[in-house]
Order: sequence, then C-alpha cells, then structure tokens
Amino acid sequence: MSYRTAQIRLVSSHPEVYEPCDDSFALVDALLADLTNLLEHKPSLCIEVGCGSGYVITSLALMLKEKVPDTYYVATDMNPDAVRVTRETLEAHGVDAELIITDIVSGLEKRLEGLVDVMVVNPPYVPTPEDEVGKSGIASAWAGGEDGRAVIDRILPIADTMLSERGWLYLVTLTANNPSQICRQMRERGYASRIVVQRSTDEESLHIIKFWRDPEIRPSLKETTAPNSESLLSQFSRFSFWKGGNSGGSL
Amino acid sequence: MRLLTHNMLSCNIKGVTNGFPLIIEAEKVLEKPVDLNPDFLRNMFHKVEWKALVDAAKSLGYSELPESVDPAMLESPEFLHRFHHALLELHLEEGALVCPETGRKFPVNKGIPNMLLHEDEV
Ligand SMILES: C[S@@+](CC[C@H](N)C(=O)[O-])C[C@H]1O[C@@H](n2cnc3c(N)ncnc32)[C@H](O)[C@@H]1O
Repeated sequence: MSYRTAQIRLVSSHPEVYEPCDDSFALVDALLADLTNLLEHKPSLCIEVGCGSGYVITSLALMLKEKVPDTYYVATDMNPDAVRVTRETLEAHGVDAELIITDIVSGLEKRLEGLVDVMVVNPPYVPTPEDEVGKSGIASAWAGGEDGRAVIDRILPIADTMLSERGWLYLVTLTANNPSQICRQMRERGYASRIVVQRSTDEESLHIIKFWRDPEIRPSLKETTAPNSESLLSQFSRFSFWKGGNSGGSL
Repeated sequence: MRLLTHNMLSCNIKGVTNGFPLIIEAEKVLEKPVDLNPDFLRNMFHKVEWKALVDAAKSLGYSELPESVDPAMLESPEFLHRFHHALLELHLEEGALVCPETGRKFPVNKGIPNMLLHEDEV
C-alpha cells in the first residue's frame, strides 16, 4: 500500500461526521503543493484540529511517511464519532496518529507550547447564527457563527502559542471569513502568509492559507492597520478578479 | 494512547494549577511494536517530563525505566530501547486519566482520551 493521499473508498464514515468535501480536498491539495517544503521542513510534531473523517491527517501522514518516518501526529475533534471514524480511516491506510476528543487542543496547550511544527485546520467556517456554533453532532462541522469566524478566531491565538519557532499553520478560509483580515491579524502576531490554493465554486471561494513566523515582521498586536498589509490585500483582490474570469483553480 | 501523548496532556479544567501529570488508571494496555529511531528519541528526551513518564510506564506495568536520567544515557542502546518502548510502544487502550488536583476522571476508550469538559468546568 503506498498512496500519496487518503483514498475515498477507504475513508470511514458516520451519519454525524463531516465527509471529505471540496474544502478537505483543497486542503490536501495545498499540502501536496507544498510537499517539497514539508519534506525539507521535517516536522517532528504535526497536529490537525477538527479531523472529522480523518481524510486530511491520513493524507498528511501518507505524504510524509517515507521521507519523514518519525513524525508524531496528533488529531483532535470535539465530536467523539469523528475521532472514532478518523481512527478507522488511519488504520485502513496503515498509518497512525494519536487521537484526542477535545475542544480545539484543550489539555495540550500547557505542555505543547512552542512545540508544534505543522498545524492543519479545516475549521467550521460557514456564517451562521452564533448559537449554532459548537452544538453536538454534524452541525458543529460547519457552523461558524457571525462571518464564520467564531471558531477561527479562537484558533488563531492558540496556533500562535502552540507553533514552534519554525512552525507552520495551514488554514482553510472562505471569502466570507475575510481572509485578508485574518492575515493582517496574524501579521500583528509576527506571521507572514501566503495563499497556497484558491478554489471557487458557484457558492463559495476557498483559500488555503499558510502562515509562518517571519523574523522581519515585528509582532505589534495593536489595533492599527498594518502598513505592510497592502501586498496581502492585493493578493486577495487579484484572486477575486480571477474568480470572475474563470472557475478558479489551484496555484 | 501512547505515553508520549500522556506526557503532553494536562487537566484543562478552569482554575486547576497542578493538572500535570494526569494519573493513569489502566484497565487494558496494548503493546504495538514500532521501529526505533535514535534521533527522534534524542529530540524527545529534552521535551519529556521524565518523572511523569516513569510513573506512567509503571501504571501500565512497565518498571524498567531509571528513576533519574542524564543526556549521556542516550548513548546507551539499552537505555534507548527502554525509553522507546515506554514512550511509543505501550498504549493505554481502556482506562482513565485522573486530575491530580481535583480527582476528575477523563475516560480513555479504544485508546482515545476524552478531554471534553462539562459546562461548569470551562
Ligand atoms: C469542516 S469539518 C473538517 C473535517 C476534516 N478535517 C476535513 O477536512 O474533511 C470541521 C471539523 O471540526 C470539528 N470541530 C468544530 N469545532 C471544533 C472545536 N471547537 N474543537 C475541535 N473540533 C471542532 C467538527 O466536529 C468537524 O469534524
């Protein structure tokens, strides 16, 4: 068995667990697009928050298996069914990750501070009424509250504490989440960012954004508009321009 | 759940200050052999809280780890083997993790710890 990504027919499922969708595929495509860098990065510890079916963490483990065999993988989800399904998906592909049922990474923050080399997140990002966020079962897979930012906004500061000096975050966002603002907020924490994959469907436009600490950027965390945000903003406007032109696609 | 993961977990209840290490109540333990990688172990050695690992291994019935350590031991194949076994090959399959401060039990089923909190604990 030597697949480069998880095989849909081997991905386990459950009525209350999010099935791999366009966003999951786009995230895995982003990891594939960045694979050369990941292989060089040789992450010791990778974490996926909100692992759902296990499609993404399984794919990441398969991609790195041969060249970075000792990576330690941890995957979390607040939905116990999702974590069990992830276990089955991992086993079906002959790879392994440590699984924890928890809210984001609760219980791991203290000891893992500054130790995570790669964090991947396909969060619930759909704009919904605030009271739909974090309910049990399948709704918590997409319900993102106002602007779809409820869970994302909790994850960003946590990612900042958990990531190692050389750590990377790959995050799925929707245009409605205001990704350029997310990048600006991360910039205030000292992170550079890049859109690895952009994908548009009739209803939505997805960006998979990679964040990393940039020594050139001084963390400010002040509520001012960062002077260097122009380049990011223009990145996004360029993509929305593209979106009008064709159906989008990966970079 | 491997003991490396146990070594990463603390009690997450609001207000708890001494939530590490979680005490293990083991009902079922599995051993799953994996390849030993000295570099990985050397890297992890500096991140692991040693006493927590020794006690955790004991609660899974493995008491071959030395109580105190120094980095020079990483040169010993025998030591690496024991460290590897405790850290990566022993799995808590069924049981519970108990907060040392409050006694709150976090269940572990099918190797998966459940760290979800009740509303009054967040
Ligand atoms: C959009 S789905 C992504 C699933 C999978 N990673 C994929 O890409 O197919 C979001 C997942 O995050 C989980 N989730 C939502 N809120 C969470 C939270 N606060 N902590 C942990 N997991 C959460 C949901 O249960 C769901 O499985």
